[in-house]
Amino acid sequence: MKDRTKYFSYPYIVWIIIFILLPSFLVLLYSITTKESNGITTINFTLNNYKMFFEQLYINILFDSIWLAALSTVICLVLGYPAAYIIANTNISKRNTLLFLCILPMWMNMLLRTYAWMTILGNNGLINNFLVFIGLPKVTLLYTKGATVMGMVYNFLPFMILPIYTALSKMDTGLIEAANDLGADNKTVFRKIILPLSMPGVISGIIMVFMPAVSTFIIPQLLGGNKNMMIGNLIEKLFILNGDWNFGSAISIIMMIIILISMSIMNKFDVDKEGGARLW
Amino acid sequence: MKRKLCILVAILAMILVTATGCSSEEKEVINVLNYDIYIDKTLITDFEKENNVTIKYDTYSTPEEMYIKAKAGASNYDLIISSEYMIERMINEGMVNKLNFANIPNYQYIGEQFKNQPYDPDNKYAVPYFWGTLGILYNKNAVDVSSKSWNILWDKKYDQRIIMMDSQRDSFGAALKLLGYSLNTVNEKELDEAKALLLKQKPLVMAYITDGAPDIMINEEADMALVWSGEAVSAMAENENLDFIVPKEGSNIWIDAMFVPETSKNQQLAEKFINFLCSKESTLRNIDEVWYSTVNTEAIKEVPEELINNKAFNLSNEDIKNMEMFRDPKEFIDLYSKRWTEIIAEKSK
Amino acid sequence: MVKRHLSKVYMAILFIFLYAPIIVLAVYSFNESKSRGNWTGFSLKWYIELFQDRDIKMALYYTVSIALISAIISTLLGTIASIGINNIKGNIKSVILNINYLPVVNPDIVTGISLMILYISLNINLGFNTMLISHIVFGTPYVILSILPKLKQLDVNMTEAAMDLGATPMYALRKVIIPEIKPGIITGFLTAFTLSIDDFIISYFTKGEGVTNLSIVIYSMARRGVRPTINALSTIMLSAVLLLMIIINKRSTAAEKSKKNEKRRGL
Repeated sequence: MKDRTKYFSYPYIVWIIIFILLPSFLVLLYSITTKESNGITTINFTLNNYKMFFEQLYINILFDSIWLAALSTVICLVLGYPAAYIIANTNISKRNTLLFLCILPMWMNMLLRTYAWMTILGNNGLINNFLVFIGLPKVTLLYTKGATVMGMVYNFLPFMILPIYTALSKMDTGLIEAANDLGADNKTVFRKIILPLSMPGVISGIIMVFMPAVSTFIIPQLLGGNKNMMIGNLIEKLFILNGDWNFGSAISIIMMIIILISMSIMNKFDVDKEGGARLW
Repeated sequence: MKRKLCILVAILAMILVTATGCSSEEKEVINVLNYDIYIDKTLITDFEKENNVTIKYDTYSTPEEMYIKAKAGASNYDLIISSEYMIERMINEGMVNKLNFANIPNYQYIGEQFKNQPYDPDNKYAVPYFWGTLGILYNKNAVDVSSKSWNILWDKKYDQRIIMMDSQRDSFGAALKLLGYSLNTVNEKELDEAKALLLKQKPLVMAYITDGAPDIMINEEADMALVWSGEAVSAMAENENLDFIVPKEGSNIWIDAMFVPETSKNQQLAEKFINFLCSKESTLRNIDEVWYSTVNTEAIKEVPEELINNKAFNLSNEDIKNMEMFRDPKEFIDLYSKRWTEIIAEKSK
Repeated sequence: MVKRHLSKVYMAILFIFLYAPIIVLAVYSFNESKSRGNWTGFSLKWYIELFQDRDIKMALYYTVSIALISAIISTLLGTIASIGINNIKGNIKSVILNINYLPVVNPDIVTGISLMILYISLNINLGFNTMLISHIVFGTPYVILSILPKLKQLDVNMTEAAMDLGATPMYALRKVIIPEIKPGIITGFLTAFTLSIDDFIISYFTKGEGVTNLSIVIYSMARRGVRPTINALSTIMLSAVLLLMIIINKRSTAAEKSKKNEKRRGL
C-alpha cells in the first residue's frame, strides 16, 4: 500500500516543477542576462547585474531596509514577548478571549490596517487634532521613518505574539515547579528554563516579522511618503517602472539568498522542524 | 451539519466557476486599459448595453507600467489611453496600429491645436482624450506666489509643507525648468544640476506623492503641491482656499490620447468606442467625472460656468506659452531613472 | 498583586494599540463630512456610496470567488500531495519539501514577480486564471504544512490494522486516514482562504483583463487619499470577521466541551 500512495504525490511534483521551479529558474536566467536591445532577444550571459548591485547606492538601500526591518522586529519582540507570556499564564477561560483578540487584527486586510494609520497620523488627523485641543503644538508624524516602522510593527505584531505563545503554552509547567523546589528564584527560572524553551517560538516570530518587513513596499510608500527607498520599492520600481527585469531579477535573487541564509542560521536554533507558519 | 456546510461551499464554488466561465460567450469583447479613475464608468456600461458587447476594463497608474504590460504581451488590449511621450515610443517601436478614421467621425470635434503634435505628426495613430499642464496647487492663505517661479517649491519657509510627485519626469521637469533647461534634456551635466536641486529640496519635502496630493491639499495638511492641472480643478472646487499657478519659467503641456495597440483583436469595435467617447455628450459626462481640461470643441461650449471660471481647467494663453511637451527619451531614460533612485534613496527623516 | 495589575494594564495598552486605528476607522465611517479630524454628525451616506460603487463590488466578487476556489483546489491538491509525500523516503522527500516551501519562505514580491515572468514567458494572458493559479501556488504549501505533521502523528499500525481486517487501501484512506488528519485539512483550508482574501502583492503582479481584488482596490483608493467609503468597507469587513471568529470560537469551545465530556465518560 505504501508504494501505491507514493504516486499520490506525482501530480503535485509536476505542479511545483512548473509553478515554483520554473519561475525561479526564469528569474535566475533574467538575472544573468542583459537587457534586450531593439526587441531582438540577445542572450548574453553576464554577471553585470550582480556587479551593478554592489554600488554604494544599492547597498545603502539594502542596509536601510534591513535596519528598518530589524528595528521593527526588535520592537515586535519587546512588545510581543511579554504579551505572549501574560496570555500563556492566564487561566484557560480567559486565554481564548485574549488569543482571539490578538488574532482578529490579522484577519483584517493589511492595506486597511496601514490605511488606518494614514488617517490618524496626518497633520490634520486625529492625534494632531487632539494635541491642538489640549494646547500642544502639532507634530509631524505621517511620512516619516517612524511612521514606516510603526506601520510595520502594527501590521506584524500578532505574527510575533502567536508563535511565542504557542511555544510557551506547550511548555511543561512541571519543570518550573521542579526548579522552584530546587531553590531557583523567578529570575533564574525565566533565564534558564522559560526563555530557552520558548526560543523556537521566538525564532518563528522573528522570521515571520522580519521577512515581510524587509520586503514590503506598501508601507514605506503609504506611510513613509516615498522618502525612503526600501529594497521592495526598488524591485517594484525596476520591474514596473524601469522595465529593467534583468537587474530586478538579480536583486530578487540576492534578497532570496539573504533570506534563505538568515533562515538556515535561525533554523539551527529551532529544534522543532515544523515551526513555520503558525497562524492558529 | 458539517456535511451540509461542505456541500454548500462546494455548490457555491461551482456556481462561481460557471458564472465566471460563461459570462460573455456570445458577445464581442474588447480589453481597455486606462489611467486610474480617468473615465466616467457609466460610459462603459452604456456603450456595453447599446452595442451588446463586453468591455474588460483595466487600470494602471504610470505610463511606464502600461508600456511594460503592453510590451510583455501580458494582455491583448484593444484600446489604451495613455500619455503622449509613451505613445510616441510605442509608435516608433511599431506597437501601435494606424487608425481607420472613417470609423471615428467624431474626430472632427477635436480641437485643431491638439492635432499634428510631435508624438503623432500626421495624425495617423491616436485621438486626443484630455490635456493639461503641470503646475503648483497652493493654499492662498499660506503661500506667497508673487514670484510666480518654480522657486516657491524650494522655499525654506514652507518646510515639510511641500509635496512633490513620485514621478521622475514631472519632478525633474520642475527642477529643469527652474534651471532654464529643456525638460527633455539628455545632457548629463544639466541632469546632474537638476538632481542636486532636487536633493537640496528633499529635506523640505513632506512626501513624494502621485494622485494623493489633492486630498492632502483639500484637508490643508500641506501648503503646496506639484500637480497636474486636472487634479487642481477638483481640489479648487472643494476648497476655496486653494489656487493654481503655472510658473513663469514655463512648464509641461501634456496630451493623453487613445490608441489601438497591435495586440488588438477587434480594432473596429475599439474604434467605435473611441468614436463614442469623442461625442459631445460622452465628453461632457467625462468632464463632469474627471474634471480635466477638454480637447473637444463642441463640449467646451456647454461646460458649466464654474469650470470655465476655474483657472486650472480653463488654462489661459499666458499659461501655455513657454510650454514643452514630453518626448520619448528612448534609452536615455536610464539617465533619469538612476538619478531619481538616488534622490528617493537619499537618507531623510 | 502588583504583577497581575501590571499585566492587565500592559495587555490593555497593547489592545488599545492594536484596535484604536480600526475603531477610529469604524467611528469615522459614520461621520457626515469627509474630514478625518472633525466629527460633524452621524450619517450613513458612505455606506450607501459603498454599495453603489461598481469597482468595489466587482473587487469583492473576484476576491471571494478566487479565495474560495483557490482554497478548495489548494486543499484537495495539498491533501493528496501530503499523503503521497509522507510515504516517500530519503533525500528526495526533503528536496520536494524544500521546493514546496519556497513560496512560504520567499517574500511575496519575489513570488509575485517570478509568476508574472512565468506567465509572460509562456504567453499566457494575465487575468482571472493567472490570479487563480497564483493563489493556488502560494496556498497549497500552507495546506501541506498543516497536514504533514498530522500525518506523521498518525499511527501507521492503524491503517495496517484496518487492512488486516479486510479494508481496501481506498477504504482505509477514507475511513481511517482522512478523519485523523481532518483538523489539518480544515486548518489548511482556512489558512489558504485567509491568505488569498488578504493577498495584495502577488495579485498585483498577476492581474489583468479587468480582474482585480479588494486589496488592490483599497491600495489605489488609499493612494488617492482618505475616503470615508474605505472606512465603511473596513467596518463591514471588521464586523464580518468578528462574526466569523465568534462562530468559530463558539464551535471550538463546544467541541472542546464535548471532548471533555467524552473523556469523563471514559471513551
